[in-house]
Amino acid sequence: NLSAGSSSVDIANAIWSKYLSDTPQRTKLIDVFMVFLVAVGVVQFVYCVLAGNYPFNAFLSGFAATVGQFVLTASLRIQTNPANKNEFSSVSPERAFADFVFGSLILHFFCVNFIN
Amino acid sequence: MAPAQASFFKDPASTQNIRGILRVVILLTIAAASISSRLFSVIRFESIIHEFDPWFNFRATKYLVKHGFFEFWNWFDDRTWYPLGRVTGGTLYPGLMVTSGAIWHALRMISLPVDIRNICVLLAPGFSGLTAFATYLFTKEMKDSSAGLLAAAFMGIAPGYISRSVAGSYDNEAIAIFLLMFTFYLWIKAAKLGSAMWGGLCALFYFYMVSAWGGYVFITNLIPLHVFVLILMGRYSGRIYVAYSSWYALGTLASMQVPFVGFLPVRTSEHMAPLGIFGLIQLVAFVDYLRGHVSSKQFNTLLRAIVVVITIVSFSGLVLLTVTNVIAPWSGRFYSLWDTAYAKIHIPIIASVSEHQPTAWPSFFFDLNFLIWLFPAGVYLCFRQLRDEHVFVIVYSVMASYFSGVMVRLMLTLTPIVCVSAAMTVSSILDAYLELDTPEEPDEAEIKKAKKSKDASVTATGGFLSSKAPYIGIYSITSKVSVIASFSVYLVLFVLHCTWVTSNAYSSPSVVLASRMPDGSQHIIDDFREAYYWLRKNTAEDAKVMSWWDYGYQIGGMADRTTLVDNNTWNNTHIATVGKAMASGEAVSYEILRKHEVDYVLIIFGGLLGYSGDDINKFLWMVRIAEGVWPNEVQERKFFTARGEYKIDADATDTMKNSLMYKMSYYNYQSLFPPGQATDRVRGAKLPAEGPVLNTLDEAFTTENWIVRIYKVKDLDTFGRDHFSARAFESGKKKARKTGLGNRATGKKGRRNVRV
Repeated sequence: NLSAGSSSVDIANAIWSKYLSDTPQRTKLIDVFMVFLVAVGVVQFVYCVLAGNYPFNAFLSGFAATVGQFVLTASLRIQTNPANKNEFSSVSPERAFADFVFGSLILHFFCVNFIN
Repeated sequence: MAPAQASFFKDPASTQNIRGILRVVILLTIAAASISSRLFSVIRFESIIHEFDPWFNFRATKYLVKHGFFEFWNWFDDRTWYPLGRVTGGTLYPGLMVTSGAIWHALRMISLPVDIRNICVLLAPGFSGLTAFATYLFTKEMKDSSAGLLAAAFMGIAPGYISRSVAGSYDNEAIAIFLLMFTFYLWIKAAKLGSAMWGGLCALFYFYMVSAWGGYVFITNLIPLHVFVLILMGRYSGRIYVAYSSWYALGTLASMQVPFVGFLPVRTSEHMAPLGIFGLIQLVAFVDYLRGHVSSKQFNTLLRAIVVVITIVSFSGLVLLTVTNVIAPWSGRFYSLWDTAYAKIHIPIIASVSEHQPTAWPSFFFDLNFLIWLFPAGVYLCFRQLRDEHVFVIVYSVMASYFSGVMVRLMLTLTPIVCVSAAMTVSSILDAYLELDTPEEPDEAEIKKAKKSKDASVTATGGFLSSKAPYIGIYSITSKVSVIASFSVYLVLFVLHCTWVTSNAYSSPSVVLASRMPDGSQHIIDDFREAYYWLRKNTAEDAKVMSWWDYGYQIGGMADRTTLVDNNTWNNTHIATVGKAMASGEAVSYEILRKHEVDYVLIIFGGLLGYSGDDINKFLWMVRIAEGVWPNEVQERKFFTARGEYKIDADATDTMKNSLMYKMSYYNYQSLFPPGQATDRVRGAKLPAEGPVLNTLDEAFTTENWIVRIYKVKDLDTFGRDHFSARAFESGKKKARKTGLGNRATGKKGRRNVRV
């Protein structure tokens, strides 16, 4: 319904309204969590840039925790998205959530180990 | 054949159980074959560690078993690199030692107390069985389980892998190839199913691989390359995103836990490809998500432009970071894979290792026999079918072929993929020619019907492309029989070849040298252990032994004495110091020896026996490495004659004759021969009648066949003279009192009149 010549702001607005109307509640919850993770990651990165990276392992493990958690959550989101159902024939939403828990446990174990 | 029986064989459902049992039996047989074909050296000689590097691994494992894990993790080894020491916990890949330590403890737990040496010796054969199993799983994902069984059989006995995993070769590769194949299997599984669990498991085994072998860089670059190629082919899918992101996020964090790796995954160029692909796949996923919401064509081109711009920006950012040295450039070892002349010019120590040479054609045939010509056919079959996992095989084949062409040692990473794709070839040939049915001439109406049922069977069995194409089949029994027979012959020949190669080429421990007497009986030359044992028993506990770095690990492992340099060549200057001491005249080298508190100098000399891997043949590398650090004091040119020849006979230059290495090698050597007849059997040269004179060293021990010679560094002279005048004085005195001391002198010489 958008014309070819419409500006990028219009396109963005259209996408946003479509997102709000089409996305299931649970997926929105996942998205909020992802936005939160991005925010935490950005804060850590800015702090690292401002204050220096002296305990570099601490920075890395904190940052890797947000990045890793972000991609694991994104994986969960992709896997549970009904639109992708035929792509993930062998992964049910419950299985996807179990995978998510498994991945997060490994991630946090290594993060805690690495932060010393 | 009775029709009932025929249908019994053809119906897959009725034979499922039998097939399962057969599969297990075949895999067990393959494991048994791969273990037993690696035992030649244990049966022929004895159960000992071979080569050089494994001696350090063995020593570290003993330390781990004796002192426990935490001590091992923080082990500062003060018995190597003498004045410096080595922070061992932070400079090794602990996976191998921890694995065998775990096996040792597990066996104790079930009250089977096995000596740690035997576990170390037999670790590689044990893991080769597991490698065959991992290859089976991997190939099963590519084609079907019958191809998997063939691949497992090939992998079990292929000499290219056996060469690094015979019993006694307790090296990192022993478990690394298993981990490599298993990580790849998990990766394929993750990419196929799009499951974060398989991605996480892949990351865990990747972590194990990182802790075991420096070759993990191969995995780190191959998986992103696979993903990148898939993206370029327009095959991006959510599955790839899930698999790659979960693998990279977990795997990278996990790999940084290994102290030796540390921050390398975020700081060096070798690890930037996975990071870049990680960023790229996030972008692609986002764009893919947006594409689902908007359908305008212009918008798609806009998005594509965004992706291209961001990729270019991040790539140039990477280049900028590399140029400004925030990210370390390629290390010399990896860089020399691209610029093949680099090592020889800039880092002689890398070029000096014989395994780092380019591979010649015959060694491909020698190590892989008929697999090497089935290998391209298998890759071609992958191209015809080209599912996502086949792209991986293609990428792996191309990369590994290149690397194995550049470096002999990397033949090892080529072997698995050769086995896999050769197995796919053989299996599809067998699929086509082992069909019991003769196809009937189909009429028009039946063709459509057949097509439909074929499609169904293709999806059911995950069948091969040839079965998707119009079914042609083989009509005559003769062609079936002849093709099957000829391939059976090749398979049998392969087994014979592998056994022959393993038995003759790869099963000789370098610690003992075996030779044949004229009557065919075996004669074992055990000079190395004789010398090391002498050092162990007859020198002070804290004596320092200087030798060329090749023997550092063996001296540490067998003689248990402190060494100056060893096979872990982390400090080039220190090695150059030893090279300078060997290559300089006595006055200079005595200074060096005193400064480093060296008590003994050990050299390998093969002139009497014709053992060509001795120190005189390695001498030029010592000179070159020393010249790299002290270009004014050591010059390679001075070791060549005026005509540019490297000679040790009467024509040798003065620098050569006065070098410590020359003097130590040929000291007293002419006493074995009638006057003027001394010859060096390696160089095939006649030695000058006058032997070299040693002023600052005393001969301490020479083994039976003169292979190992140990010299003791003299103390400072009691009267404060320099050693040259002291020696001149003493020899003058000796001449005067010859009658008094003559008896002792001849007695000393008489012991060594041993000829072989």
